[in-house]
Amino acid sequence: MRWINYKPSRITALTLALCPFILVLLAYAIGSAARLADNPADKLLPGIAALGDAINRMAFTPDVRTGELFLWADTLASLGRLGASLGIATAIALVVGMLVGMFPYLRALLAPFIAVVSMVPPLALLPVLFIVMGLGEVSKITLIVIGITPIMIRDLAFKVLDLPHEQLVKAQTLDASSFQIAMRVVLPQTLPRLFTCLKLQLGPAWLFLIAAEAISSDSGLGYRIFLVRRYLSMDVIFTYVAWITLLAVIMNVALDWLRVAIFPWTRGTAQ
Amino acid sequence: MNLLKTAAIVLAATTALTLPAFAQAKTDFKVAWSIYVGWMPWGYAEEHGIVDKWSEKYGITIEVTQFNDYVESMNQYTAGAYDAVSLTNMDGLSIPAAGGVDTTAVIVGDFSSGNDAVILKNATELADIAGQTVNLVEFSVSHYLLARALDSVGLTERDVNVVNTADPDMVGAFQTADVTALVTWNPMVSEILALPDATSVFDSSMIPGEIIDLMVANTEVLEANPDFGKALAGIWYETVSLMTSDTPEGAAARAAMGAASGTDQAGFEAQLAATKLFADPKEAVAFVTSPDLSATMDRVRTFLFDKGLLGSGAPSADVIGIELADGTVLGDPNFVKLRFTDDYMQLAADNAL
Repeated sequence: MRWINYKPSRITALTLALCPFILVLLAYAIGSAARLADNPADKLLPGIAALGDAINRMAFTPDVRTGELFLWADTLASLGRLGASLGIATAIALVVGMLVGMFPYLRALLAPFIAVVSMVPPLALLPVLFIVMGLGEVSKITLIVIGITPIMIRDLAFKVLDLPHEQLVKAQTLDASSFQIAMRVVLPQTLPRLFTCLKLQLGPAWLFLIAAEAISSDSGLGYRIFLVRRYLSMDVIFTYVAWITLLAVIMNVALDWLRVAIFPWTRGTAQ
Repeated sequence: MNLLKTAAIVLAATTALTLPAFAQAKTDFKVAWSIYVGWMPWGYAEEHGIVDKWSEKYGITIEVTQFNDYVESMNQYTAGAYDAVSLTNMDGLSIPAAGGVDTTAVIVGDFSSGNDAVILKNATELADIAGQTVNLVEFSVSHYLLARALDSVGLTERDVNVVNTADPDMVGAFQTADVTALVTWNPMVSEILALPDATSVFDSSMIPGEIIDLMVANTEVLEANPDFGKALAGIWYETVSLMTSDTPEGAAARAAMGAASGTDQAGFEAQLAATKLFADPKEAVAFVTSPDLSATMDRVRTFLFDKGLLGSGAPSADVIGIELADGTVLGDPNFVKLRFTDDYMQLAADNAL
């Protein structure tokens, strides 16, 4: 038998999946123990107890000065920014993506422009955004929207263009107007793709969020990481990185679950 | 079992960061520095052969690396990748010393005398800062300066709202409508003060000798290799006496350092005027042995402790020992991690290098 035909059982698959995680944790524990043996005050690779202490301090102990629970306050601030920008980006991408995908005149007008704009590295625009829009929330949300919207528009427009031409012809023989075709033929088939598209853009969205928060902010997950970096508080940084990863994983799973719940026919397909 | 052990070691060695250098006699040293008026001589000395000259004299090699990011240079030093780094007295205490890396100030280069400033927009009195949002790099010397400034007019940090802002963005930030107060350092200060509505309401010349720029080295490395410290002192004082001399060579050195820090000779000289540079090692020795340094470090460590920067479990500001030049220790004598010494500067003063 060829190697491509060997398949692991469920138990083996689970064990194999856990292996890289355990290896990384093991490597960390060994490296941390070695450094701590050399210098008990080492901050670079804090031990498990120090990490537990950091979690307790950031998530469950109110700050002496402000009374805030930092982890939750930061999470709330970051998710607020992320939510607002994902909402705006999704709305723009759906509308513009469908228009560009459906109407050849609009496609001729906008498609090359969007293609070029999507190539602009958003982080390079950050200094400009800060001058034009100030250091507040607007510039942070704008950065994320600029960063992910053009790619989402293109993705959705391609999806619309990929729809079988026969469907559009059929709808027209049934005397559907352009608006009716948009609402009844194109939209239902584009929406599931929107979920997947959003899911794929979560990574870049987090990246832009943290970059914006690093430069100017008074709360947020990225703000905290770049603040404590000043005094090498790796215990807090590791805690926050793990938390951000967990949030991203949850959002990923939730979007997939939501898509299947709303559009059951997309289960198991590569939407 | 052996295989497993080997695998674990290889894994640890490859994934974990390099272990700190073992303190033993060695001949290759690495120095990190970042752009700041008081540290520009290091770059100049590297480019113009002064580093090589002194290294050869002591039979060692010194690699001088410029970092674009000051915090990263300190983090690299703390991680053990560098033997020496340029930093301020405050950051020396909060980063390497609090991270358990025993650190000695080999050279006290200068103190800020106007290079750090509190700047208000459309206001001329420091007291006007009450109720405003203040943009600054949190936990930096700017934050310390703000605390000292507020203290001088009977205000506390509760009376303002601090927003962490990266230093390269300060000049742009000041020109946006929602930024009305900020604290930063040169060269940003001079650029911002050139704008029409900016007024400096408090600067480091009002707290002279409190924001000190140092070249520090790992104490263990230094004790095992005193020649490294001597070479650093030799490099420093040769370069500084060149740059402060009123000769064509001195002017050329100032122009080169100005260009390297993104300005020109005039701009660099303006920054130097806001810096109390210890060009004469005797002055530096007098400064580091004066009792004022103890009072300064006490203020600094109290500030750091209040901000929680001496470690989360620190019971008091005494948690880290600071050894002064006369051997007295501020704080825990069993956990001395920051040391001031006049040894190397005294050698320079005695022409004994």
